[in-house]
Amino acid sequence: MEGLQTYKRKIGIFWWTKRLSHFRFISRELTSIAVAFIAIELLLLSKAIMNGEESYQAFVQSLTHPILIILNLIALGGILYHSITWFNLAPKAMVIKLGENKVPGFLIALGNYLGWIVISAIIVWSLL
Amino acid sequence: MKDLITLNVFRYQPEKSKEPTYQEYEIPYHKDWVILDALNYIKDQIDGSLTYRWSCRMGVCGSCGMMVNGKPVLTCATFLESYTPGPIRIEPLENFPVIRDLVIDMSDFLEKLKKVKPWIIRKDVGSEDREYLQTPSQLADYKQYSMCINCMLCYAACPVYGLEPEFIGPAALALAQRYNMDSRDEGKNQRMKALSHDTGIWQCTFVGDCSAVCPKNVDPAGAIQRYKVEGASNWWKTLLLPYASKD
Repeated sequence: MEGLQTYKRKIGIFWWTKRLSHFRFISRELTSIAVAFIAIELLLLSKAIMNGEESYQAFVQSLTHPILIILNLIALGGILYHSITWFNLAPKAMVIKLGENKVPGFLIALGNYLGWIVISAIIVWSLL
Repeated sequence: MKDLITLNVFRYQPEKSKEPTYQEYEIPYHKDWVILDALNYIKDQIDGSLTYRWSCRMGVCGSCGMMVNGKPVLTCATFLESYTPGPIRIEPLENFPVIRDLVIDMSDFLEKLKKVKPWIIRKDVGSEDREYLQTPSQLADYKQYSMCINCMLCYAACPVYGLEPEFIGPAALALAQRYNMDSRDEGKNQRMKALSHDTGIWQCTFVGDCSAVCPKNVDPAGAIQRYKVEGASNWWKTLLLPYASKD
């Protein structure tokens, strides 16, 4: 409607604090910082391993610093929140039909969780 | 003495002021009244200048969507009782320009709706000598998405649409999926242009509020994510099998 005088409301920078669902969404998005933190840590660990035993030991020693322990715990919490909320959303994106019937959403989420547990178990087993 | 409840109503009267104001109305409280009944009471008994849209009064036409205490709802399906003791804040749907009081300008939505071609597209249009049969299972594939009443609550709930107004938005994308998933339709590739565009599905960050507020359980967020999965797998197919025929 051209020429019509309308009033346009502005969206403030803190729009995500007004509704719980928006706050949860932004929290989920922010957990990507935790993912980036762990990824960088893994890259540094790989570099330390490539530089030899001494470098590796020094890196592991640096990880025992209280600040790094706290940062890693925060990152772990963030990644768990990210993974759990993501797996819970998976049934929305994946609609699988077996014959005439849709596979119930909770089974799709369960499949994701099982995959997560199995892959984690393989990693733990290979490290032990 | 009758029970009373207070409504704080958003008023925008461009001939009086460039800025909106909130007007307080005290009305009788009835347990069986919906918000729309309260607005109709104000219009009939207190202030005839209050402007808002409504029509069917039974959750079918999709015209009476407003923000009630900050949440987009159909006012014909939302009871005063849920907000006692009040006051109740009534505002026009968020993310849309306001024409007057509680009436928003929906032209942007209507333009976007056209872009996704929400109708059945077939090569053999005009041949009336056959029926296009469909099994109950094929109907079930898209029926949920066909329940949309264009009430635009999902647009008011979507922060992406608010922040990036060029985003096609939840209802239009869900309607595109409604036709894409219809076994009688052959227009998927034609819709792909609008859906896969920068302003299409990839702008959706999966907040999920569009599905939460939908009065018809259409689940636009689900429709968009399904299309993302399909779009991504088609991209891989095109990359790996560039000479494969497209449907």
